[in-house]
Amino acid sequence: MTLDQLSPGDSGLILDVDAEPALRTRIEAMGLRVGRRIQVVRRARGGGPLQVRVGMTDLIIRPMQARLIRIGPAPPEPPP
Amino acid sequence: MTRLAIVGLPNTGKSTFFNRLTGASAKVGNWPGITVELYSARIILGAQAVEVVDLPGIYNLHGFSEDEKVARRFLEQTPLNLLAVIVNATQLDRQLGLALQAKELGIPMVLLVNMQDEARRLGIEIDRERLEAELDTPVVMMSAKHGPGLDEARRVLTERLHAARETRANPQVFARDDAIAARLDELYSRTVSQPRNVSDALTDRLDRVLLHPQLGLPLFFLAMLLVFEAVYTLGAPLQDGMAWVLDHAREMYLDGATERWGAAWRSFALDGVFDGAGTVLSFVPIIVLFFVFMGILEDSGYLSRAAFLMDAFMSRLGLDGRAFVMQLMGFGCNVPALMGTRVMRSRGLRLLTMLMIPFSLCSARLQVFVFLTTAIFSPTIAPLVLFSLYVASFGAGFLTALLYRRGLRNTEPLLLELPPYRFPTARQMLLRGWQETSHFLREAGPLIMLGVILVWFLTHYPFDAAPASAETLAGRIAAVFAPIFQPIGIDSLLTVALLFGFIAKEVVLGALAVIYGVGQENLASVMATRIDGIQAYSFMLFVLIYTPCLSTVAVLRQESRSWSFTALAIAWPLVLAWLVSFVFYRVAMWLV
Repeated sequence: MTLDQLSPGDSGLILDVDAEPALRTRIEAMGLRVGRRIQVVRRARGGGPLQVRVGMTDLIIRPMQARLIRIGPAPPEPPP
Repeated sequence: MTRLAIVGLPNTGKSTFFNRLTGASAKVGNWPGITVELYSARIILGAQAVEVVDLPGIYNLHGFSEDEKVARRFLEQTPLNLLAVIVNATQLDRQLGLALQAKELGIPMVLLVNMQDEARRLGIEIDRERLEAELDTPVVMMSAKHGPGLDEARRVLTERLHAARETRANPQVFARDDAIAARLDELYSRTVSQPRNVSDALTDRLDRVLLHPQLGLPLFFLAMLLVFEAVYTLGAPLQDGMAWVLDHAREMYLDGATERWGAAWRSFALDGVFDGAGTVLSFVPIIVLFFVFMGILEDSGYLSRAAFLMDAFMSRLGLDGRAFVMQLMGFGCNVPALMGTRVMRSRGLRLLTMLMIPFSLCSARLQVFVFLTTAIFSPTIAPLVLFSLYVASFGAGFLTALLYRRGLRNTEPLLLELPPYRFPTARQMLLRGWQETSHFLREAGPLIMLGVILVWFLTHYPFDAAPASAETLAGRIAAVFAPIFQPIGIDSLLTVALLFGFIAKEVVLGALAVIYGVGQENLASVMATRIDGIQAYSFMLFVLIYTPCLSTVAVLRQESRSWSFTALAIAWPLVLAWLVSFVFYRVAMWLV
């Protein structure tokens, strides 16, 4: 499953960033690293970008790039 | 010279800190081996003169973006006494990575943890001593925007600069790609503790409305309308005031002072040099206002939201949502809109946007169109004619983007941060307006003056001929180009007006009055008898699309730093204007 397939509100765990080195470096610098939990907050209409949340950062990313990020099920959040 | 460089990720308040540290003394300048200009300033820290350089925002020392290459090249080439790394306290989970990388360079370093007020509000706790020990680097907590911690930052920088010797970066660092991820996580978990749910509640609530699937776009257009009205409604009286002052200066002093000069010299001084300076100055009020309001849009975080909302459409044109915001702003005046494209960091994206903006029907062209449509067309269809020109304006812009999107390719992925909503401070906005204005006066000013003087010469030489008449150089040029303009219904008198329009499009009206030999008050009735509706519309299409005005050209060159791009931005609209007018004129003549 890839990031663009997540529905708004859903979270996942980043398994792999399958991009060429330049893009991969950039994606990782924005905090989207293997092993981190990522949540899709909302999607823009008409095939527009996704708003995602990783750690302390909110980002927008186009579906084309979101497709490069492989996602697994997120572990349940520990109770507060 | 003792030298201090500031590095940091985008959206860390790096430039705000730079401005607070250096006052308004920053200048853009060239550096050896680097193609873009960097802001730098010379200040006194303690007892020594220090050159402070603001490097472009970077995510990673090993990154591939244009900004990252520039920063890396600068660090490779330039010996430094001290490196100030600035990070956003609310995003240490990823930003400390840059501090770890910078540490490896071997240059004496200070870590500035900015936006500590926001971090405290979110309940994030940072163990400063631990961070200092782990990084073996002085750490200062501060808020560059509001001031706390700034004195401390200045003190620590002074202290370190006093102790530090000039050092070159360890070149091996740039070659190897370090695996800092594990070290970053370890450092973060040892020095920072944060509550589980840290998202800004107010931002979440605002985004639910402002990014709403149905409401988001209408609210965006409303916001654009408000900003547009604010800039240009406030700007118009200021520009009128400026024009009034200039007119009076001319009447009261210059007319008298130049009385004894020969007619040609007098005309050169008044219609060439003085009007040239007036053209440059007339942009000052709107540039200041534009950057005040653009500052609000950008610093508040709304510009990134606009990108989110408009991206689905703009990405098809090879652009992003921010390009659309600048295109809309171009409908007031192209000049500040072009300067505003600096928020885009990809050169291809920026140039493509800059190629598109000059088609926006600016207020100067609007003056000409309102005048001509009311003079030539009946009151019932005049508004429709005007509306169709707006459609043509968007059409020409979008068509240009479609045609050139492969040549001017956007090399950066759209990975934009959506920062929490923030209030910019008045100080920040005014400083920005001032910096942009002085930059414009220095960079674009001389070119605009030169252009005005050139057009003055063409329309006044030989000096014994009546200005703008067939005997002048302009008249002769119009005669030469007649075979090109006749097929689109533009006669030689109108061609001379187009030449004037190159100075500023609103000058077309004054030029027409001179050319037809009537006062401006009678121009409408005279023109109605000389040209018909089809000719008038063809002329307006041409004025809308053809070569942007002189000031726009000067700013295109200022912002692109490339004469060949500037030449393209002049030639392409000229070709497109002719084609559009030709197709319209021929089809209309055939139909009638």
